[in-house]
Amino acid sequence: MEFYPDDFLFAGTFFAINRIMAIRLIVLTVLVIVTLLWAGKFRKSYAAGSHVPGRFQLMGEIALNFVRKSIAHEQLGEKDGDRFLPLLTTIFFVTLGMNVTGIIPGFNIAGTSIIGLPIVMAIAAYITFIYAGVKRHGGHFFTASLFPAGVPKAFYILVTPIEFLSTFILRPVTLALRLTMNMIAGHLLLVLCFSATQFFLFNSEGLFKAFGAGTFLFGFVFTLFEMLVAFLQAYVFTLLTTVYIQLALSDEH
Amino acid sequence: MDVNTIAAVSGNLGVIGYGLAAVGPGIGVGLVVSKTIESIARQPELAAKLQVTMWLGIAFTEALALIGLATPFIFGL
Repeated sequence: MEFYPDDFLFAGTFFAINRIMAIRLIVLTVLVIVTLLWAGKFRKSYAAGSHVPGRFQLMGEIALNFVRKSIAHEQLGEKDGDRFLPLLTTIFFVTLGMNVTGIIPGFNIAGTSIIGLPIVMAIAAYITFIYAGVKRHGGHFFTASLFPAGVPKAFYILVTPIEFLSTFILRPVTLALRLTMNMIAGHLLLVLCFSATQFFLFNSEGLFKAFGAGTFLFGFVFTLFEMLVAFLQAYVFTLLTTVYIQLALSDEH
Repeated sequence: MDVNTIAAVSGNLGVIGYGLAAVGPGIGVGLVVSKTIESIARQPELAAKLQVTMWLGIAFTEALALIGLATPFIFGL
């Protein structure tokens, strides 16, 4: 299957590398290099006291401020937003970088379309929001989220299992599943469109060849759509992590 | 094929299952977006805030369809 390609390096060992792992490593390298370059630029212009950013620096400022201002500060407020900013920024850029490889020609598969990476990030988000809640409210965090206030006592038989399932089990599972399944579905759609184009153009006769143009157009449109989805899923993953942290921090607990 | 058979269907029943699983979230996402558009039309200055909430609502609703997509990986293989 396409999602489980053969290992080509270190095959058989624990560090076996297949096509998707290689793509992930390349994306990781690019991300680290770009971030280091941005950090260097920021430091240099801060030391020089210049207030006019260059083109490359401006790009970095816009990208980093998007997570900081419109996700972290909007949902968590300035103080808590800056506290959890490193995790949120990491999640956003790793997800975005790994998603975008789904439409880059030559790579053609998203690094997040195997569930391992989304699971790691979901676990990071899970641990963080539980940590945030316990740090702020102590053990009261668990009792408050399992026994919500304002519910008649008898209903706790019904409410508590549902709350437990939705807060402590379904949250990380859906975080990981949503990202992976979106990427898999997107990849399958693109494969369907372009293999249909191949079939109609080369294996069919007469007027059926005209369908090839239609399916190719669909493939192109879906590629643009995947670009949107790649960004949107990164945004949604980060936003949900932020909202979970915010719910854990809120005073209702 | 015997005489009593009028039409024969072949294929995987799971496809129909996923089709059914996609109905609910489809309606749900439609409701979320339509209500957001309605609210933005009433209160255009709240657009940015409403859109964030809309994406959250879509993400939660969409998860159901994606769980449907994930079931063959869990139960089928």
